[in-house]
Amino acid sequence: METILLLTHTENDGTLAKSAREALHVAASLHKSLADSKFVVGLIGENVQAAANSIAACPATKYFGVAGKDFSQSRYATDAAAAEAISKTSGATIVVAPATSRWNRVLAGVAQRLGGRVDTHVTGVSSIPTLGVGVNRWYYRQRMEALLNRKQRPWFMLIDPGSQPACQCGSGTVQVEHVAVQLSDACKRTTVIGVREPAADAQTIRPDAQLLFVTGAGWTKKQSDGQAHAPEAEKLIRGFLQLSRASLGSSKSLVDQSGEGQAVLSFLSHLNQVGQTGATPRHPKGLSTCCHGEEPHTVGWRFVAERRAINLDPNCGWARGKADVLYVADAFKVMAKVNELLAATSP
Amino acid sequence: MSTAYQIVVCGSIVPDPLQTLEPVTTPTGPALKNEMMLPAVLDPWAGHALYEAANLAKNAPGSKVWLVSLGPKARLQQVMMTVAQKVPFELVALDGPASGFTEAAEVAAVLAEVISAIPSLDKSRLLVFGGWESASRGAGATMQMVGERLGITDQFQGVDELKIAADGSLEILERIEGGKHQISKCAGPPALLGWATGNLPEPKNNPQVGMANMRTVMPALQKARPVKLADDGLSFANVSLPKQLRETKIVKDKTPDDIAKEIIEWIKK
Repeated sequence: METILLLTHTENDGTLAKSAREALHVAASLHKSLADSKFVVGLIGENVQAAANSIAACPATKYFGVAGKDFSQSRYATDAAAAEAISKTSGATIVVAPATSRWNRVLAGVAQRLGGRVDTHVTGVSSIPTLGVGVNRWYYRQRMEALLNRKQRPWFMLIDPGSQPACQCGSGTVQVEHVAVQLSDACKRTTVIGVREPAADAQTIRPDAQLLFVTGAGWTKKQSDGQAHAPEAEKLIRGFLQLSRASLGSSKSLVDQSGEGQAVLSFLSHLNQVGQTGATPRHPKGLSTCCHGEEPHTVGWRFVAERRAINLDPNCGWARGKADVLYVADAFKVMAKVNELLAATSP
Repeated sequence: MSTAYQIVVCGSIVPDPLQTLEPVTTPTGPALKNEMMLPAVLDPWAGHALYEAANLAKNAPGSKVWLVSLGPKARLQQVMMTVAQKVPFELVALDGPASGFTEAAEVAAVLAEVISAIPSLDKSRLLVFGGWESASRGAGATMQMVGERLGITDQFQGVDELKIAADGSLEILERIEGGKHQISKCAGPPALLGWATGNLPEPKNNPQVGMANMRTVMPALQKARPVKLADDGLSFANVSLPKQLRETKIVKDKTPDDIAKEIIEWIKK
C-alpha cells in the first residue's frame, strides 16, 4: 500500500503558491487511482496552520507540519531536516512536491538520506495496471520524453510548475500534527539575508505572462543601412514589454554578447536565456524576433503552445516546423507598428 | 582572512547541443543512437562551475581545483584536449557511462567515493562545485546527493555569484522564481554549489595551461577506474521524441502594418 505525501512549503505570507496546488492536484489524482492508498499532507514554514486550512477540503486524511522561525528561510540544512522528519513520521512511500527553487535545492538530498530516489521536472504521474506508478519527465533538455517507474521507496516526485492544473479544493479547518525537529548549530551556518530583484518596472521575467517575447542576436546586428541600432532595439523591446506585459526571453547568443564586448541590450541577463542552457518557460504563446530558431534554443520552447516568429530569413529554423507562423519581415518595423497600435488601445 | 580552498568540480560530458539525438532501446536500457560517435562537449553548466572554480582559486593563493569526471574514457580524453587549455585543474577520471539515462543516486555514490579518496582532503577548506543540472539527465539531483554523502549540509543551487567576505564567509546568489536571486551568507567551507551560468565568459584557450594540465590529465585517464552503473530498481517503459513538427505558415508578402495588426489580434485572442 502506498502512502502518498504532498510535501510543500508556505510562501512568506503563509499562503500556498499555485505550484503547491498543482502538486496537490497530482497527489490527489494519484491517491484516487490507487484504491488502497493513504493520502497525507506535510507543510513547512514559519506558520503552517493557515495554509493547511486553505486546502482543508482536499482528500488528505492527516496533516503534518514543521513550523517556526527557523523554517521560514529557504535554507538547505533546515529544510532538509524538516522534510526528512515529516517524510519519516508520515511513513510516506511516495512524496509529491512542487518543483520550486526551494524544493529543487533540497529534496534530492532528503531522498538520499532516506535511501529513496527522486525524479525532478516531472510533467505527469500515472498509475497503470501493467506498470504501476509511473512518471513522465524529459531528458537531454526537453529533447526526448520518458515514462519510467521505480521500485525504491520513498520516491520523491517534483512536479514542474505550470504542467498541471491547480487543485481547486476549498478551505476549512484542519488539525495539524506538529513534528518536532531538533536543529543543531551546524544547521544554521547559512543565513538568508535577502532577495535581489530588478526594480518593478525593470523586471522582464514574468512567469505568469500569457506571452513569451524572445529576442535574438539579430537585434544588435547591422541593419539594412549598414549600422547597428542597439539603442533603438532596446527602446522598441522595452516599449513592447511595458505595453503587452509579456515575459522576456532571449537566445544564448544575445545574452553572451555582454561577455564578449559587443553591443548589448542593457536589461538582458542569463536569467532571460531560453533553451539548452537556459530556461524552459511555460507560456500559452510565444513570439520570437530576430532569432534563427536553432535547435539548442527552440528546445526551450517545448512547452509554449502557440508560436510565431519574425525573421528576415525565410529558411531559418522557425520555418522548418518550429513555429506556427513565420513572418518574413524586418522586426524593427513590425515591432514599431505593434507598439504604436498597442499604445493607441491601452488605457 | 585568506583561505586556500580545495575546490572539487564534478562535471561530465554531453553530446554537442547541435547534434540530432534519437533514443534507442538496448538490453541495458535506453541510450542514444550512435552515442559513442556523437561529438561531445563538457556539460555547459559544469563548465561554468569549472571556470568559476579556477577564478576563485586564482584569487585565493594556495587553492587547488580538481575536476572529477565520470564518462567513457576515450570520449573524456577528446573533450579534455580542449577543456585542459582553459583553466588549471587536476583531473580525476572515472571510466563509465555519461548517459542521461543513468541513475543519479548511483552516479552520486561513485562521485562521493572518489572525492573522499582525494589525498589530503581537508573539509574545512572544501568547496564542491558542479552544474545545477546537466544537459543530459537534467535532473539537478546528483550534486545534492554527493553533498549528503560527504556530510555537507550547506548547499546552494542555481548559483550565479560567489563572493568571499573579509571574514572568510561566503556570500552566494542563487536563482529563485521570477527572475530573482536569493542572497545567502554561509559561515565558510565546507559547502556545495550547483552553478547556473555565473558571471564569467568562457576562458580563451591557453596552450601553456594545456601543457601543464596534460601532465596530469593523461595519467589520470590511463588509470581511470572502470565504473558500472546498474540502474537498480529503475525501469523505462518508453522513451520517445516529441512529435511536434508544426505546419509552418510562411508569410512573405505582408507589410509591417498588416503583420503588426495580425500579431496584435493573435496576442489578444
